[in-house]
Amino acid sequence: MPKPAVSVFQYPRTATEMPCGPYAKAGVIVETNAGWRISRPVIAAARCVRCQQCWLICPDGAIDRTGESYAVDYNFCKGCGLCARECPAKAITMAKEDGQGE
Amino acid sequence: MVKVIDLPDRELLYGHKACPGCAAGTIARLILKVTGERTFLAYPASCLSTVTSIYPQMAFAVPSFTAPFPATGAVLSGMAAAVKAKRMQDVTVLGMAGDGGTADIGLQALSGAVERGDKIFYVCYDNEAYMNTGVQRSSLTPFGATTTTSPAGKRGVKKNMFEILIAHRIPYCATASIAHTADFLAKVEKARNTDGPSFLHVLAPCPTGWGFPSDQTMAIGRLAVETGLWFLAEYEGGRVKMNLAPKNFKPVQEYLGLQKRFKHLGAAEWALIEGQRDREWADMRRKWGF
Ligand SMILES: Cc1ncc(C[n+]2csc(CCOP(=O)(O)OP(=O)(O)O)c2C)c(N)n1
Ligand code: SF4
Ligand code: SF4
Ligand code: SF4
Ligand SMILES: [Mg+2]
Repeated sequence: MPKPAVSVFQYPRTATEMPCGPYAKAGVIVETNAGWRISRPVIAAARCVRCQQCWLICPDGAIDRTGESYAVDYNFCKGCGLCARECPAKAITMAKEDGQGE
Repeated sequence: MVKVIDLPDRELLYGHKACPGCAAGTIARLILKVTGERTFLAYPASCLSTVTSIYPQMAFAVPSFTAPFPATGAVLSGMAAAVKAKRMQDVTVLGMAGDGGTADIGLQALSGAVERGDKIFYVCYDNEAYMNTGVQRSSLTPFGATTTTSPAGKRGVKKNMFEILIAHRIPYCATASIAHTADFLAKVEKARNTDGPSFLHVLAPCPTGWGFPSDQTMAIGRLAVETGLWFLAEYEGGRVKMNLAPKNFKPVQEYLGLQKRFKHLGAAEWALIEGQRDREWADMRRKWGF
């Protein structure tokens, strides 16, 4: 899935390793958001008409439209339910979270 | 016209900590898809800074600057000057600020940048209160809404930023709603292609501060427009175009009734709000002839 991933961040261990000045590298993600979910969107590929609506409106950009069927990046989906509610084909259902993350 | 299929798959905002269902998340993410990697971004203290820039996390993958709360417009001017001095081509100098950072404390810096004619694209994502600090009223909080500093409901009306920007004779400004996504994307593209300052005021429904379930963000956004409590318009070449002028509005309680911040209102207040709305629209029709 072509989505940004968590990178290993080496925290400064000593004062000399602290960043010099108030700046930092862009595009750094140090943890997932999977633990936020209480329910997870499940896309039924057979029903999906590839309208891109879910991909477009997801506040977290967690839907991938590049594969054979649409897929959710469960590392970063927060389970808000917007995609399921807005899907015109009713192809997305919210399932109770099993706490397994990705 | 922006085609969704042509928007890049690469996410330039990812892994942020905004609440589930946050419209500001969608707004910022989609704007960056249109402006692309060659964007210099500034945002002030706001939800957007709080949820993206928690060292060492940096959820924006473009060069960006956390500006002091009042300074977004001034910072953008500086960035635009640097772009000019270095003769850089095809870059977007983008600001994204909340309603407080735009209409209250940031208004002077914004006004200055627009008056100077700097080539900047300024977005106000309007969640109608100071959200990241715990829901305090702003001048863009609508009449009647409860916040922690207007516990009985705000008395004054929402400031009209669109008209304030028109008063600057800005080359391009528009209002938008994230729930009207095609209209929103078209305006983002126009704004960023404007040769000079541009301003976009986007309504950003906020599940946490407004009090509605996180899957209703788009539904609430649509209702704001359908009830006539928000409008979609653009100002270009000295003229205003109303992008959507509903013949009949839905009753305001269909919008207000879904949100905790309006729960204390009853028929008398709904009538008041409806009266305000009708006067506003009559005024707009007269001024802008649509
Ligand atoms: C000069 C100054 N005053 C107060 C603050 C505290 N502060 C940070 S963000 C904020 C409110 C932001 O509200 P808004 O611009 O609407 O953005 P939102 O949090 O709603 O996204 C306040 C009061 C500050 N950072 N700087
Ligand atoms: S909104 Fe529904 S139909 Fe459209 S692409 Fe997503 S899953 Fe498929
Ligand atoms: S539930 Fe919310 S965060 Fe998860 S994929 Fe759907 S819209 Fe995105
Ligand atoms: S408080 Fe509102 S605007 Fe701020 S992150 Fe949460 S949902 Fe988004
Ligand atoms: Mg705000």
